[in-house]
Amino acid sequence: MRIVVVGGGTGGTIVANNLARRLAAEIRSRKVRIMMLSDTDRHMYQPGLLYVAFGQMTPDQLYRDQARLLEPDIEFHVDAVTEFHFDRNQIGTESGKTHEYDILIIATGARIVPDEVPGLKEGAEMFFTEASAVRMHKRLLEFEGGTVAMTVSIPHKCPVAPVEAMLMLHDFFKARGIRDQVKLRYHYPVNAVHATPNVAVWAKPEFEKAGIEYETFFNLKEVDAEERVIYSEEGSEVPYDLLVAIPPHRGSETAEKNALGDAGWIPTDRYKLNVEGYDNVYAIGDATNIPVSKTGSAAHYEAEVLAENIASLIKTGTTVREYDGKVFCFIEAGFDRATYNAFDYVNLPELKPPSKANHWFKVAYNQMYWTSVRGLL
Amino acid sequence: MSEVKVIDARNTFCPGPLMELISNMKTASVGDTLELLSTDEGTANDVPEWIAKVGHELISKEKVGEVWHIKVRKAK
Repeated sequence: MRIVVVGGGTGGTIVANNLARRLAAEIRSRKVRIMMLSDTDRHMYQPGLLYVAFGQMTPDQLYRDQARLLEPDIEFHVDAVTEFHFDRNQIGTESGKTHEYDILIIATGARIVPDEVPGLKEGAEMFFTEASAVRMHKRLLEFEGGTVAMTVSIPHKCPVAPVEAMLMLHDFFKARGIRDQVKLRYHYPVNAVHATPNVAVWAKPEFEKAGIEYETFFNLKEVDAEERVIYSEEGSEVPYDLLVAIPPHRGSETAEKNALGDAGWIPTDRYKLNVEGYDNVYAIGDATNIPVSKTGSAAHYEAEVLAENIASLIKTGTTVREYDGKVFCFIEAGFDRATYNAFDYVNLPELKPPSKANHWFKVAYNQMYWTSVRGLL
Repeated sequence: MSEVKVIDARNTFCPGPLMELISNMKTASVGDTLELLSTDEGTANDVPEWIAKVGHELISKEKVGEVWHIKVRKAK
């Protein structure tokens, strides 16, 4: 039995480690082999980029060697998968190798596509890559006053990031002593400050308390980087001095090139996590079209379910449970307070008032992640 | 006539049915019809409001059992 995991992000790493531990006896007796193929030898803690943008983490703190995060029984190769042949149970790699599999797990994540919005790359600061987060921090330090606008293009990773970033901008400029010279304006695609109703109910008074202005039903159409104006699909235009943007995302380039799904989002059963039409191909994390948050948390819980099911299938011939849409995310409410967002497919989140304890728990989790991704937490 | 693309956003809160529809509208072609399935009561008002604001076309809206079926056409 050959299991191949494509992608070494949060979902891929957790599913591979959990499988290696659950199937340790089968691996020792050579009944099972687990291979991971990734396009990089480094693993990035992506939520840390938000802290880099505000000068609270440095980029080197976000990385670990991927090989050191994996159970020793996992064969790890840095060799990006470029071709998927589901009907032949084969994948092809950048180096020209072909690998056969009995079970394939695709965890190739998502990528930002700022080029989809004219002017966005030229006119906006972002925090979805290391370089852009470092640059955003410099721009925030240099900013002397005026309007800071945030736009949110969809789909995007981490649905609560725009809310967190706005409240952190408020605290950042307060700490610099220039908050009274900065107008903060938030622009959001639906008719509330967040798409999840209870998050919106929580965030709206937080914004009002912080003096953050907002415009809803604002889907970014174009940025005029020279004149510093943003235009919405709905017909609105807003001048800005500094633009912070949540860029639109697509599935991985390899998923899109292989036509695995619209815009690279792989059609996946939201409960069983198999790729539609195939019983031995699964997808988890940001890579899927499952209508759930594109977050490490969703990838984590999906990975746990999938590892339990595949291990049980190999041992007993049956699966044990379905993914219920579980997600747990901290929400920073500034520099020293946080709350959290916990929900599944049928239960809405109920947000508590933000506290310092939750903020410190999030700060601790930024380090605990490395235990979590090893599948130990 | 274009094929109807069904977006199954039943029992989802984050990012939610309207966000799923807007995301799918971005990748659709002008003239395409999309059908949104949602169990969220707010969707029945939110989708027509957004469609009218941005200038797309609302084809139909009906509730079958607990599920809203909202058909829209991308107009621009």
